[in-house]
Amino acid sequence: MDASPWMDPFEDTLRRLRETFQVGHTRSAEFRAAQLRGLGRFLQDNKQLLHDALAQDLHKSAFESELSEVAISQGEVNLALRNLRAWMKDEHVPKSLATQLDSAFIRKEPFGLVLIIAPWNYPLNLTLVPLVGALAAGNCVVLKPSEISKSIEKILAEELPRYLDQSCFAVVLGGPQETGQLLEHRFDYIFFTGSPRVGKIVMTAAAKHLTPVTLELGGKNPCYVDDNCDPQIVANRVAWFRYFNAGQTCVAPDYLLCSPEMQERLLPALQSTITRFYGDDPQSSPNLGRIINQKHFQRLRALLGCGRVAIGGQSDEHDRYIAPTVLVDVQEAEPVMQEEIFGPILPIMNVRGVDEAIEFINRREKPLALFAFSNSSQVVKRILAQTSSGGFCGNDGFMHITLASLPFGGVGASGIGRYHGKFSFDTFSHHRACLLRSPGMEKLNAIRYPPHSPRHLRKLVVAMEARDCSCTLL
Amino acid sequence: MEREVQRVRQAFLSGRSRPLRFRLQQLEALRRMVQEREKDILAAICSDLCKSEFNAYSQEVISVLGEIDFMLENLPEWVTAKPVKKNLLTMLDEAYLQPQPLGVVLIIGAWNYPFLLIIQPLIGAIAAGNAVIIKPSELSENTATILAKLLPQYLDQDLYIVINGGVEETTELLKQRFDHILYTGNTTVGKIVMEAAAKHLTPVTLELGGKSPCYIDKDCDLDIVCRRITWGKYMNCGQTCIAPDYILCEASLQNQIVQKIKETVKEFYGENVKESPDYERIINRRHFKRILSLLEGQKIAFGGETDEATRYIAPTVLTDVDPKTKVMQEEIFGPVLPIVPVNNVDEAINFINEREKPLALYVFSHNNKLIKRMIDETSSGGVTGNDVIMHFMLNSFPFGGVGSSGMGAYHGKHTFDTFSHQRPCLLKSLKREGANKLRYPPNSQSKVDWGKFFLLKRFNKEKLGLLLLTFLGIVAAVLVKAEYY
Repeated sequence: MDASPWMDPFEDTLRRLRETFQVGHTRSAEFRAAQLRGLGRFLQDNKQLLHDALAQDLHKSAFESELSEVAISQGEVNLALRNLRAWMKDEHVPKSLATQLDSAFIRKEPFGLVLIIAPWNYPLNLTLVPLVGALAAGNCVVLKPSEISKSIEKILAEELPRYLDQSCFAVVLGGPQETGQLLEHRFDYIFFTGSPRVGKIVMTAAAKHLTPVTLELGGKNPCYVDDNCDPQIVANRVAWFRYFNAGQTCVAPDYLLCSPEMQERLLPALQSTITRFYGDDPQSSPNLGRIINQKHFQRLRALLGCGRVAIGGQSDEHDRYIAPTVLVDVQEAEPVMQEEIFGPILPIMNVRGVDEAIEFINRREKPLALFAFSNSSQVVKRILAQTSSGGFCGNDGFMHITLASLPFGGVGASGIGRYHGKFSFDTFSHHRACLLRSPGMEKLNAIRYPPHSPRHLRKLVVAMEARDCSCTLL
Repeated sequence: MEREVQRVRQAFLSGRSRPLRFRLQQLEALRRMVQEREKDILAAICSDLCKSEFNAYSQEVISVLGEIDFMLENLPEWVTAKPVKKNLLTMLDEAYLQPQPLGVVLIIGAWNYPFLLIIQPLIGAIAAGNAVIIKPSELSENTATILAKLLPQYLDQDLYIVINGGVEETTELLKQRFDHILYTGNTTVGKIVMEAAAKHLTPVTLELGGKSPCYIDKDCDLDIVCRRITWGKYMNCGQTCIAPDYILCEASLQNQIVQKIKETVKEFYGENVKESPDYERIINRRHFKRILSLLEGQKIAFGGETDEATRYIAPTVLTDVDPKTKVMQEEIFGPVLPIVPVNNVDEAINFINEREKPLALYVFSHNNKLIKRMIDETSSGGVTGNDVIMHFMLNSFPFGGVGSSGMGAYHGKHTFDTFSHQRPCLLKSLKREGANKLRYPPNSQSKVDWGKFFLLKRFNKEKLGLLLLTFLGIVAAVLVKAEYY
């Protein structure tokens, strides 16, 4: 195709959406609720189609598809519908002495044109949940689903727009080149889920237009296992969260930290769990996913050479299958400990005690999630207090992200900003401070006008000391 | 530069800045500094901006003291974990938000309120438990010097440092890695800051600017309106990011507005404004010349006198201003007030919406419906109705811009939140493993149904819900344990 300088495939779409926004089409609660209901209907009408697509893209079982994709999205739609009016309401704030007689509130306003760039690992969830927030907040939305999860991309491009008002919603398709082109345009907000490497590219592009961003990135999520715990229970929980979606989860436990003694107890427990979950031949289990594409499959297969395979280690190129694997005797410098694994491989690193574990964790980038297993709540709380991460769960995997009252987001290299539930609505809204004063009562303002004298200053200082709330007087 | 930043980071990693007691001590020390060294601080501000002591005190020092007191009073509550609402699956667990410091924070100040715009963010950064690198604006030289001298005398010398310098030093500084950057200044440099931050995925708060419009409706008391506008516009010689930049009104109001502003100026600053101790000067020659150039070709209704030697520009009003002229193309940041006539409020709203979203928006009217409409149909960082500037003063408001006027916000608790990571925490127990059998493979349709139930189900009546789900939880656990599923 001829890349003529004046041929911009997105220009028309973006202009159309912006014009719709400017006339105020998306402002009313009724309109927003209608969009959200449309989204709900999309999920209900197309459930089987979506399940099939997820099975095709990632070999997701009905259980995983329902729980981690459809139900989560449906839950967010319902939550937004129930709370929309409450969230939209002007929020009155405490006033100072000088503003006692005024009306002071925060108005939640849509930003305008929002771009959502979604990844391939939970292609429905990570596209629709941000979309719920953006629509609830009254924005016009451009959605750029991942081109890698092709089956879902197709449904989102062909079916989803039919359920939403297309004057304020569009799906754009393409790979890295098209996304780069898209990012040259000006948006009022960009929401990106993906790798830190691309996160930097997105933020750099956003900087050119001073566009605020939310970046949901990743990292290596450490999982500390204390000596004081039941290895079988830990094995159940860790294995479930690690091998869910064949390990392709940004908040999955990436690697284990435990003592050599604990490792000895964990290995048979993990083997027992894996067999119970996936049978003797995990490749034939309907409950284990597949790697998204050849590129990632090859990447993961190479990681199998690190350390020593204690459990699993099998792979099948034709099927993009990698067995639930546990690696031991891994060196920190090896590739499996240098990049986010994003696959069904669990390396175990040995540490002697909590202190060493904390030191190990703090030497590295702040992860998206952090896990600590121990019967002692003191140990768990200590790890919590002395580390930082996007989120934290004690004695389980990423359960914390299923609670909509908890915000979901990273810190440091694992991301900027947060969402889920009301946090999504707030993320996609500008919080505008509004102070409505009385046009009269001018005498109260007298103290602020020049000419100023030492008497004025004394009055001011006295007024300051007499205030009953610690806000400025003027 | 790199070594300096490293030193601060090491200090943060020592954990010293985290305990509540330490943070309170540092804030108290900061308060002592402001009180004990008031004279020096005021002298520095006054010499940078030709400001009277009263103005320096009332515009900068008072707000700082207010913020410190507010922080001291509320910090003990803010640092505690906040429990959140739980769902069926997490009923028996602890779920809360724990605020944590980010690490090393960079605060880049501006020259127009050189003390306030450094110290107010600093207060929140310290309160949130961070280490801080402060880069005052080099244009307000004396304040930059006094900050570098005083802060190490009162605050921890390794956790909070001042780095002074110009464009070159700031560029070097921006190459380093920080955990948050708060920048106050202009749009052009704002983009540079964000781009530098992107290399390290550093979150930013950008307090920028723009042209803050001021709409005056026919239905208002022009005496009062003009007094308030005069106060806000010529304060600090117009060098305020939220000053009313220009006026929109019906042409028939122009003459009255000019007259009343003229009278108010005389009342505030006397016959000879140049001699008033309450009237400031332009920060430097470059800005003086810049503002002067905005007057070219304009109808000066009153004012317009200048004196380059003292960088004095008189309070000036321009009428019948053409929106295409230079004075309407950039943020004025000076004592020049253009009036752009519009036919009605519809035109005013369109005019505002055709332009970049401003940091502040002002509307004067007795008609509340009109004010409401103005707010509903425009966007801006903040709004004050029937006055100017004042929304800045209430620290329960987040103060910040939108679009090209900025991103993020601070003041009061919002500063604390800006410089904290609110970390979601879920603490479960290793017991009740039986209940988890529902989620483990091999899966079945009934497991899917139960899973959905626990994930999505809500109950309307709190107590009944609690009772019912405890019962259901037990039933589910029993059934699962009996390997019914």
